Amino acid sequence: MKLDPKDRAIVEATQAGLPLVPQPFAVVAESLGMPEEELLERLASLKARGIVRRIGAAPNHYRLGMTANGMSVWDVDDAVVDTLGEQIGALPFVTHCYRRPRALPVWPYNLFAMVHGADRAEVLSKRDRIKDLLSDACRANDILFSTRILKKTGMRLRKKKG
Amino acid sequence: MTEQLSDLDRQLINRLQDDLPLVSHPFTALGESLGLSEQEVVDRIRRLRDDGLLTRFGPFFDAEALGGAFCLCAMTVPEDRFEAVLTKVNAHAEVAHNYQRDHSLNMWFVLATENRGDIMRVAKDIEHDTGLEVLLFPKKREFFVGFRVNA
Repeated sequence: MKLDPKDRAIVEATQAGLPLVPQPFAVVAESLGMPEEELLERLASLKARGIVRRIGAAPNHYRLGMTANGMSVWDVDDAVVDTLGEQIGALPFVTHCYRRPRALPVWPYNLFAMVHGADRAEVLSKRDRIKDLLSDACRANDILFSTRILKKTGMRLRKKKG
Repeated sequence: MTEQLSDLDRQLINRLQDDLPLVSHPFTALGESLGLSEQEVVDRIRRLRDDGLLTRFGPFFDAEALGGAFCLCAMTVPEDRFEAVLTKVNAHAEVAHNYQRDHSLNMWFVLATENRGDIMRVAKDIEHDTGLEVLLFPKKREFFVGFRVNA
């Protein structure tokens, strides 16, 4: 999707966050030289187009005690993986759920579900609930715990040259 | 729970995982429901952010809708070369997240690029820099998740 120059300027100005003031949109609008009303209309349009998912904050899982995270991976029958994927995504403890290609022979898994918990035992018991749900449709599974965060910067649009 | 949080902070963290209204004073309604002025809401969010309990406040973008591309990648990195390989991989600005995991595929990272075609180019660059194979796991389908952290 192509953004017009004003929308792109809005993304660049807000992707690191909004100023924490009572009227954050007014501050951003002023920095962009546009009326606040136009900024709000453009943000509403970006939201209607699915480019902005929401305005809010992201909690730090680790600081809130969710220190264990396991990437559970599953080899699920292709005929039913999408139906079952919907059900697994709907589980309250699954933070991300994707169907991805296998990389045979080293990687037979086509369904990835990220599970967070206070410790590994909690993550493993949640993994067992996924296993129950998949039942016979799952041929093999594994869980990969993260042992270290090596980098976490998130995506940034680069400033256009000129 | 590793943090001692007030009930008010918990409520605020939970509410901030919803969507704030696109209005001139976005904190007013939230403040009223919590018994806080809008300035008190702002100050409390700033403190939670400065303390690292919130990672960021603002709009959350769907980077793919912006025209960006993402791809989960994995490598098997020999333990004795791990730090040297890590330095080379993380040197690429397109590496957005990188986690060490306990598996023979022990380095898992996400490439984020503005254009779809750049994913393969960066993956090839990393293979060239490290001499190791990069497996690509592009998302074929994303399943909706309703996950929230209950603070």
